[in-house]
Amino acid sequence: MNNTTGLFALPARILHWLMAAAILAMLFIGVGMVASVSERHAWLLRIHKPLGIAILLLAVLRLAVRLRNPPPPLPADLPAIQKLAAHASHWLLYALMIAMPLVGWAMLSAGGYPVMLGDSLRLPPIFPAGPVAFAVLRHLHTWLAMLLFLTFLAHLGAALYHGLIRRDGVLASMVGGSRKS
Amino acid sequence: MPDPHASTVPLARRAGAWFLVLALPAACALAFAWVGGWLSPQRLTPRRLIDQFQANAGVHPGYRRNHAKGVCVAGHFDSSGEAAAYSVAQVFAPGQRTPVVGRFAIPGGNPYAPDGSVPIRSMALRFALANGQQWRTGMNSMPVFPVATPQAFYAQLQAGQPDPATGKPDPKKLAAFFAAHPETAAFRAWAKTAKPSASFATDGYWSLDAFVFTGPDGQRHAVRWRMVPEAVDATGAAAPAGQPDYLDADLRQRLAQGPLRWKLLVTLANPGDPTNDATKAWPDDRRTITAGTLVVDSEQAQDSGPCRDINYDPTVLPDGIAISDDPLLPARSAAYADSYLRRTSEEAHLPGTARVDTKPQAEAHP
Repeated sequence: MNNTTGLFALPARILHWLMAAAILAMLFIGVGMVASVSERHAWLLRIHKPLGIAILLLAVLRLAVRLRNPPPPLPADLPAIQKLAAHASHWLLYALMIAMPLVGWAMLSAGGYPVMLGDSLRLPPIFPAGPVAFAVLRHLHTWLAMLLFLTFLAHLGAALYHGLIRRDGVLASMVGGSRKS
Repeated sequence: MPDPHASTVPLARRAGAWFLVLALPAACALAFAWVGGWLSPQRLTPRRLIDQFQANAGVHPGYRRNHAKGVCVAGHFDSSGEAAAYSVAQVFAPGQRTPVVGRFAIPGGNPYAPDGSVPIRSMALRFALANGQQWRTGMNSMPVFPVATPQAFYAQLQAGQPDPATGKPDPKKLAAFFAAHPETAAFRAWAKTAKPSASFATDGYWSLDAFVFTGPDGQRHAVRWRMVPEAVDATGAAAPAGQPDYLDADLRQRLAQGPLRWKLLVTLANPGDPTNDATKAWPDDRRTITAGTLVVDSEQAQDSGPCRDINYDPTVLPDGIAISDDPLLPARSAAYADSYLRRTSEEAHLPGTARVDTKPQAEAHP
């Protein structure tokens, strides 16, 4: 099942851009709500939880799409170190997309909070309640978010580098359209 | 394959491309830092609010940053069914009994403060509804709150910060604060005659903030609620003088004789009654219903009791109850979360947190 089109599969591209918007929004919502005492805190929190679970579901779907549709190969002349960075950062992104919502969910469970996604939709707890677990998971949620944001910055920088400096078709393979080569 | 034209691209264009490669991520990072408050040291954040509590009362690891001195209680709530017409919350269904884990406390960040040092007591409750939803509420034994906004609350905390020279708040700063905040008048009028009560059991507790009920017909109702005690003291009963810790002993003694009860009264606003200003009481003639009876039948020390690990965030609400436009509510939620993270981190002995007190039990839990 080698990818010969030079493009990511259409479902992969749709999921990528949808999740890019959702995850970026989520990072800003998260960092904004914990730094606010205004009404913003309440309505950002109301978005944060259901959006997080939506990202978890999309990430699982995306992983399945990825495993069924291999991505186009990286340019043959890309230095080995950059290839390694590309692969490592992508798997890190997948890991964080799945870990972040799970850690958030577990953290609320450990804090004894009901995990409400809306007025009446409630998820079951996935972690036993306890202050130590809560504190560890709550800090982990922050640090993983920072790591996710840094990985996103690197991803953005690398995408622009491929698209504007190397102009090697890597950016085009996700933007879509015809691949120049 | 690299673009064969890459090497022939003019230098200016290549510089522009590199600029974009670096500037776009940098702009994202800046926006992130701005939203996160790192570029605006003047913004009131939950962290600054809790830091101010610590500045006023010191750091007492493992304890809540406000209402630090308290005791866990447990019991249940029996619904009368009267509120079911106004809220679909399961806790109000006719005949419904809901288990409650609560906490009585006195305000302030000092867990060793004398019970008589403030005329205010608080009651916090967590109703665990049968459907898995929760209703958390934190109430105070006064009919109005001194201020209406988190900014004014922060200013009040700052004005009340003890002067290092005297160990007491500077009266001039407090006077200046009250002069600048006329909305505190109703609270000050109450405080003038308020005496520290001798018992948690004889106080009433007000929600202060307004909330919104949603009824089975989908209709929304602005409400406030209060707990009215069944227990009454002989007139003029005052707190024992010269004793720092009498509330806990009084509670234990009363509970040894039987459960304590409060009626939950819910007041429905008329159109136009302020829901965004906890300094203003609603007129007395507003429709008030008795939603049920709170029964408290046991107590436990807060260091080992079930209330210890509960953050009584008043915005944790079941279907049928929602927050109003009261600006204090999101601020309470955000600040309580920060306090909760600090004290649980201290309990977990995470690096960088204040070390949990090694004082003997008797002193740590008067």
